[in-house]
Amino acid sequence: MGMGMTITEKIIATHAHKERVAPGELVQVKVDLALANDITAPLSIKELEKYGIEKIFDPRRVVLVADHNTPCKDIPSAQNVKLMRDFARKHGIPYFFEGGTVGIEHVLLPELGLVLPGDLVVGADSHTCTYGALGAFSTGMGSTDIAAAWALGETWLKVPESLKFVYEGERRPFVTGKDFILFTIGQIGVDGARYCAMEFTGSAIAALSMDERFTMANMAIEAGAKNGIMAADEKTLSYVRATGVTREPKLYFSDPEATYRQVFTIDVSQIEPQVALPHLPENVRSVGSLPRIEIQQAVIGSCTNGRIEDLRMAASILRGQKVHPGVRLLIFPGSPRVLLEAEKEGLLRIFLEAGAVLAPPSCGPCLGGHLGVLAEGERCISTTNRNFVGRMGHVKSEVYLANPYVAASSAILGYIAGPDRL
Amino acid sequence: MRIRGKVIKFGDNVDTDVIIPARYLTSSDPMELARHCMEDLDPTFTRRVTKETILVAGKNFGCGSSREHAPLSIKASGVQAVIAESFARIFYRNAINIGLPILESGEAAREIQEGDEVEIDLEKGLIRNHTTGKTFQAQAFPPFLQEIIAQGGLMNLVKKRTQVNS
Repeated sequence: MGMGMTITEKIIATHAHKERVAPGELVQVKVDLALANDITAPLSIKELEKYGIEKIFDPRRVVLVADHNTPCKDIPSAQNVKLMRDFARKHGIPYFFEGGTVGIEHVLLPELGLVLPGDLVVGADSHTCTYGALGAFSTGMGSTDIAAAWALGETWLKVPESLKFVYEGERRPFVTGKDFILFTIGQIGVDGARYCAMEFTGSAIAALSMDERFTMANMAIEAGAKNGIMAADEKTLSYVRATGVTREPKLYFSDPEATYRQVFTIDVSQIEPQVALPHLPENVRSVGSLPRIEIQQAVIGSCTNGRIEDLRMAASILRGQKVHPGVRLLIFPGSPRVLLEAEKEGLLRIFLEAGAVLAPPSCGPCLGGHLGVLAEGERCISTTNRNFVGRMGHVKSEVYLANPYVAASSAILGYIAGPDRL
Repeated sequence: MRIRGKVIKFGDNVDTDVIIPARYLTSSDPMELARHCMEDLDPTFTRRVTKETILVAGKNFGCGSSREHAPLSIKASGVQAVIAESFARIFYRNAINIGLPILESGEAAREIQEGDEVEIDLEKGLIRNHTTGKTFQAQAFPPFLQEIIAQGGLMNLVKKRTQVNS
C-alpha cells in the first residue's frame, strides 16, 4: 500500500489528531459543524432530553434549518419548528433558520460561509455530502448520531476507501455538472460507491462553476457514497471570500501516490444531457434517446439544483416562451439570497411571464412533503435528486431527474426533451 | 440473545422513502410511524408483520434519506431483526444507534425465502433456517460497534461520557 493519502483521509486524520489514517480504520473525530433540519432535529432534541443531556458542546457549531416543511404545512410541522426554536433559544444557538432567513440547508450553509474547505461536517440529512464541493469532508447521519455530536463535539467514522473519478474533455451544449453525476451514477449504480469517498477531479471539474460542483457532490449519496469531494481551487477560494467569512480555509490535496480502490476516467464530450427514469437514480438515459414521455409537472429547485446558476439556466430557456398548458412548472429558489439575486437579474419576471409558479425557498415537493405533490399516474421532470417510488407523492406517480435546461424545455414542450427540440 | 421468527422478504435497494414515506415524517412517534411502515412498497406489510417477523432483503437496504424514522418504524412494527445482503451506510448506523438488530450475509439474503422459519444467535451472528436446516454466518461487527450494541444504543454511551466530562 502506498504511503500517500487522499484528501478525504487527510481531513479525517487531522480531525482525529493523527498523522495518518487508512481505509477501514474506525476513528473518533472532532466535528466542526453538526446540522439538522425540521424532519431530523426533533428526534435529536428528544434524544438529548430523554437522556437528560443539558449541555451541547458549542452552540456556534450547531445549525438548525427548518427547510423541509417550510412554510409550515400543518400543525405537527409547526410544532416541530417550535421545538427547534425553543431548543435554539435555550442553548443560545445563533444559527437557527426559519421564515425569511431559511433556505435549503445545503444551499444556505455554503453561501453564509458556515462551511469552509478542510472542515469536517456531519448532518442529519443525507445530502450533507454537498459540502464536499468546497474541499470539506461532510457526510449524512441519523438524528441520534447528530444528538451525540451535539453533546460531545465528536463522532465516530470508518475511514472510507476512495474512488477517483477523472472527468476530461469539452462538454456539449446544455450539459452540466448534473449530467456528469447522473452519468456516473448510471455507470456505477446506486450502491456503486457504498461506504466510499467519491473524489471528483480532472480538467472538466476545474471548468465547472461552484454551483455545478455542489450539484455533483450533493448526489454522491445517490451512489451510496459516504462523501463526495473535490479539492479547492481558485474558484472555491473566491466563492469562500465572497461569503465575507474571516475564518481561514484549510486546503488539502490528494497525494499523487494516494491509494484508490478504483479510478474511473470519463470523457465528458461523449455525455449528452441525462435523464434518470423511475424509480432509481441509476436508470439513466440520454435525453435524445427517450420516447415521447408526457409530463404534468416540472420542478426546478432543491439542494441539488436550486442555486442562482440553475435559475439562470432555466431562465435562458424560458425567456419569451410559455409553459405548456398541461404542465405546472414550479420554481423553488434555494435560499433568500438566491431569490433576491434572481429578482435583481430579472429572472423572476421571465419565470412569471412564462407561466411558472414561483415558490418560496423550501425543500417543497422533492420529498413529497408539500407545495406540489403528485397525483396517481402523474409524471414530473425534476431537477431534484431522487426518483424512488412515491418520492414526490402518490405511489403510482413518476419522477424523472434532469438538469435545469431539460426541465425548462420539457415544461414548454409538455414532454421530456432537451432545449434542442424547441 | 436468540431471536426466532417468520420471514418477510424484499428485494434490492429498499429505500427509506418506501420504508416510511416523507408525508408521515412530521411525527417521530415510533408506533405512529409503524402504522405506515413499507406501505408504498407493500400495502399488506402492516397486516402481515407480527412480533416474530424477521425481514430479509437484498443489497443496499435502507438507501436514500438519513431519516431515523425508517429503522424506528421497522422496529416498532414488530420486526425482530433485518438480514440483508448489504445495508446503506446511514441506515446501518441508525439501526445500531436505536437498537434494531441487523445482520449482513449475502448467502442468507439470497437463500432464505418468504415464510421460512429462521433463528438468529445475535452474539455469534449465526443465522439458522429451520425450514431448510441450513445455517449462515453473518459478518461480525467491529468491537466499537459491539460496545454500542451491548450498551443498548449510542446515547447510553454518550450519557456516560458526558457524566465523566462534567
